[in-house]
Amino acid sequence: MTGYILDKTETLSRGELAALQSERLQKTVRLVYDNVPVYRAKMEEKKLRPEDIRSVEDLHKLPFTTKQDLRANYPFGMFASPKEDIVRIHASSGTTGKLTVVGYTQNDLDVWTACMARSMAMAGIDRSSTVQVSYGYGLFTGGLGAHYGAERLGAAVVPTSSGNTLRQITLMKDFGVTHLCCTPSYALYIADEIRKMGLDMAEFELRGGLFGAEPWSEAMRGEIEKKLNITALDIYGLSEISGPGVAMECGCKAGSHIQEDHFIPEIVDPDTLEPLPYGQTGELVFTTITKTGQPLIRYRTRDITSLNAEPCACGRTTVRMNKVFGRSDDMLIIRGVNVFPSQIETVLIRAGGIEPHYQINVDRVNNTDVMEIEVEMTEEIFSDEVRNIEKLKQKIESMLYSMLGVTATVRLVGPNTIPRSEGKAKRINDRRTY
Amino acid sequence: MLNQLSVFIENKPGRLFQLTTVLAENKIDLLTLSIADTKDYGILRAITRENERAVEVLKEAGFTVSITKLIAVEVADEPGGLRDILAIFEREEMSIEYLYSYARTKEGTAIILMKVEDAEAAVRILQSCKVKLIDSLL
Repeated sequence: MTGYILDKTETLSRGELAALQSERLQKTVRLVYDNVPVYRAKMEEKKLRPEDIRSVEDLHKLPFTTKQDLRANYPFGMFASPKEDIVRIHASSGTTGKLTVVGYTQNDLDVWTACMARSMAMAGIDRSSTVQVSYGYGLFTGGLGAHYGAERLGAAVVPTSSGNTLRQITLMKDFGVTHLCCTPSYALYIADEIRKMGLDMAEFELRGGLFGAEPWSEAMRGEIEKKLNITALDIYGLSEISGPGVAMECGCKAGSHIQEDHFIPEIVDPDTLEPLPYGQTGELVFTTITKTGQPLIRYRTRDITSLNAEPCACGRTTVRMNKVFGRSDDMLIIRGVNVFPSQIETVLIRAGGIEPHYQINVDRVNNTDVMEIEVEMTEEIFSDEVRNIEKLKQKIESMLYSMLGVTATVRLVGPNTIPRSEGKAKRINDRRTY
Repeated sequence: MLNQLSVFIENKPGRLFQLTTVLAENKIDLLTLSIADTKDYGILRAITRENERAVEVLKEAGFTVSITKLIAVEVADEPGGLRDILAIFEREEMSIEYLYSYARTKEGTAIILMKVEDAEAAVRILQSCKVKLIDSLL
């Protein structure tokens, strides 16, 4: 079964949508101004009053929110509703410092579930489907988000959470799982384990997957689709905004539809913070307009992408975001050139026979940035002659140079020495000191 | 022809120790051992008493291993012994990827183990030259 449109809101005319957004934005601004001291202070600083915001046209007047604001107001300082109305609290792991907390009212959980249900409908999930949720369940929003969305559609949910890959595969086969939800790197790991077990995809009912929580390339999509013999779609979300399902790719695979009746997207220049027109690449910013627990105004996601307002062949009228190209905080500047891990991943997959597990090491030697990519030696690319291995190394290095425009050296390391992750992969080891 | 194990060894302290520990724990006896090394990694080439089991236990321990076919030639243990064999390769314009010798053998002979580009053609020619080929070191 292919994707379908669950909710007619997804096909509103642009004018109808703008009217709905304007009404909801005004309510949200009033809510945070009255209840969240940080927002009141930020607006007062700009000499803004809630009544100055009359429509989406006024959005750019509002102050930005950053992850730093969430940390500074840890744990509950950003809540706009009384604690007794909060029914769920998630937290996302920060690599440094405090956790980022998100509080949900029942209304917020309903909004999130509705967005996830729409997203899963895009992948063709319905009551006849069996959905395996291999995102982690817990403080991370992936597991529970996918779980409630699939249940809302009446699908059978297999809540495996992450880990114990052999059991994941056994259940997937025995239960006739039709759709898989996990990170794209875990999907590839599962595919490789299936192959190692000597199983054939014909023994599975698997047809589709919703993969997200980390940026991935078109090349990686090709790899997952080929190895698992499925349609692989990109799902986007972040816990601060609600969780997975903020945007989702339809079967056209031409960008992810943003649930604009709940979240207003903008693209801004990450340096000047000036809004950029549709089509231009910059940092994605969201304003939530239906949430009540912890609404966020112009939240800077750090994700680098562009927006596309062209009508989609699927019939939805919502703006689409292109694949996330990288994160403004993941972006490496090597000798003045912007480098994103996704570009390196694309090269490794194109080179063939290489595991898409890699690590980027950046050092500063004699005041020059030096980038080294660790790649695992697999049986497929191993040769017992040094010159063959050197030839392969040089091939990858020259492909990296043409993709990135800067030199990167490749270092071959033993199999399974690069840490695997069942959540988001950590790939950058920036050891530069200035 | 005989089988040799080829193992990828990352140039990191302790890797060779780990490999020999795996073999020792599984009571696998090494017959030959040589290492081709580069700055970042080495390729360990070894023949053991039980190559198939060695592949199995090394893979299990996380090593990248493959089996390579080698030609083993018995030569006279005297000056010019290896030269006489290489003369055949020279004349036939056959190239050798690498070679090493095996010393523990019967009095007056040595064994040269070599990887060549076209093993079957090399075997044919060496046989026609009455060179003694070995199929096992055991």
